[in-house]
Amino acid sequence: MTEDITVGKKLKAKYPEAVINGKTFRGELTININKDYIQRVAEFLCEDKETAFDYLSDLCGVDLSRLDGSSNFEVVYHLYSMELNHRLRLKVKIPASNPRIDTVINVWKTADWHEREAYDMFGIIFNGHPNLQRILTPEGFNGHPLRKDYPLKGRQPDSLRGVYREGKQ
Amino acid sequence: MTIATQVMTINMGPQHPSTHGVLRLLLELDGETVVKATPDIGYLHRGIEKLAEHKTYHQFIPLTDRLDYLAPMSNNLGYALAVEKLLDIEAPKRSQYIRVIMCELTRISSHLLWLATHALDIGAMTVFFYCFRERETINDIFEMVAGARMNLSYIRIGGVARDLPDGFTEKTRDFINTFMDRLKDYETLLTKNKIWLMRTKGVGVISAEDAINYGLSGPCIRGSGVRWDVRKSEPYSSYDEMDFLVPVGENGDVYDRYLVRLEEMRQSNEIVRQAMDNLPEGEYIADIPDVALPKKENLKQSMESLIHHFKVVTGGICPPAGEVYACVEAPKGELGYYIVSDGSKNPYRIKIRPPSFVNLEVLEKMVVGSLLADVVAVIGSLDIVLGEIDR
Repeated sequence: MTEDITVGKKLKAKYPEAVINGKTFRGELTININKDYIQRVAEFLCEDKETAFDYLSDLCGVDLSRLDGSSNFEVVYHLYSMELNHRLRLKVKIPASNPRIDTVINVWKTADWHEREAYDMFGIIFNGHPNLQRILTPEGFNGHPLRKDYPLKGRQPDSLRGVYREGKQ
Repeated sequence: MTIATQVMTINMGPQHPSTHGVLRLLLELDGETVVKATPDIGYLHRGIEKLAEHKTYHQFIPLTDRLDYLAPMSNNLGYALAVEKLLDIEAPKRSQYIRVIMCELTRISSHLLWLATHALDIGAMTVFFYCFRERETINDIFEMVAGARMNLSYIRIGGVARDLPDGFTEKTRDFINTFMDRLKDYETLLTKNKIWLMRTKGVGVISAEDAINYGLSGPCIRGSGVRWDVRKSEPYSSYDEMDFLVPVGENGDVYDRYLVRLEEMRQSNEIVRQAMDNLPEGEYIADIPDVALPKKENLKQSMESLIHHFKVVTGGICPPAGEVYACVEAPKGELGYYIVSDGSKNPYRIKIRPPSFVNLEVLEKMVVGSLLADVVAVIGSLDIVLGEIDR
């Protein structure tokens, strides 16, 4: 679509070093972003009149270790524009050994719980998040369940049982 | 003389009838005024996204029923559309219409349950019984069609599980012909009821800008006056051939969200009528042997069908490597599925974008500064289902 090309071009013109590459698959545009630029890119896409991505549909993590053999995580943003009715997917690669990325709460407040979930499930740390705590798993839970090296079956170690027995939380 | 006061922390839920499931709220109260409200979720976390990575594409369908268990058809449809997009196939026209009928009946059913419990929370008990009476008929229809009343798994990749049964048309027409009058009954009970107005008007207000920024969707965002409906903006499954309106509110309070949902039921009823009138003849599932399950009735006569069935069920399907995001307008809002495929028979990653999860996030903003009793009204007006929040 012509609209999609505009978005990619505009972003490239504004932050040439932020855009790594772009790809269209099944009519959906995906742009890979350098992780240092995510906040600036988010702000730009939200505020620019021709992109106007004022709505963050979804934010999630993906563990790439079994997909391309690298030890990386990916943070995926699904953006939507109410006014222009178009969508965009942003992807940011971050190393699994140091999974840190800047928060986008200052642009879209809805990112709050999405980022907490990504932290809970993958251990991705969002710099600047005001309340980065586990959201779906209980306090005292060990590990991050959606990482590929986390087993499907098994029990949590005794530490969690202690939390409940003593009635701390 | 001065009386010492202090902020009191109280716990609401998870076993509380008006938290609609297992939602726990930590409320800090100054007298009866809410100072802080912190939702605590996760009590129903079953790891559905993790389970998905260990199932084949067809095997995941029954798990989607268990997300928003009040709207299983919408969940099935969102997932089926995502996989179909990944495979680059389209369901036959007839099945698209059947999907529309089912999803709109689901919307009515889900909104009925919302109205029933919401009214009960605020103290109007009669509505509860009326709504459950209507919901019963819809459940009967679902039972005819899918063989189950709650976890239907009726919509499949490439179509639906089976054609509409005998007697379906009569029963559904009976229902949609009487339902409009029934809706009027509810309205006479509530819409101009003084107690109802006092409990809902000006409560839990959220502006349009905030609603967008907080990612609200469905009736919650339309209550604030944002005319956005995925069925209109990005039509799927032949919704562009249906003629319907998208109701919006003005003030973004509990009352407007109530009006929006009532009108949505009316529109859904009309959509069901249109889809039934224009239901095309043809296949109910795509004839793509490697991907879609063959028709059940062919299994006893056709060797090829039996082989294909065996291969699809035991081996699964292997879509091309890639990633797609497909979303539908579920009764609660935008329900999205993000699927990453590595080309194997198991999805590499499935992320579900549950509307209730995002809608609940805004609760604190809505209730701070209002009374404790309003918290119950606001939770009801958000129409949350913990099954999809916790996944």
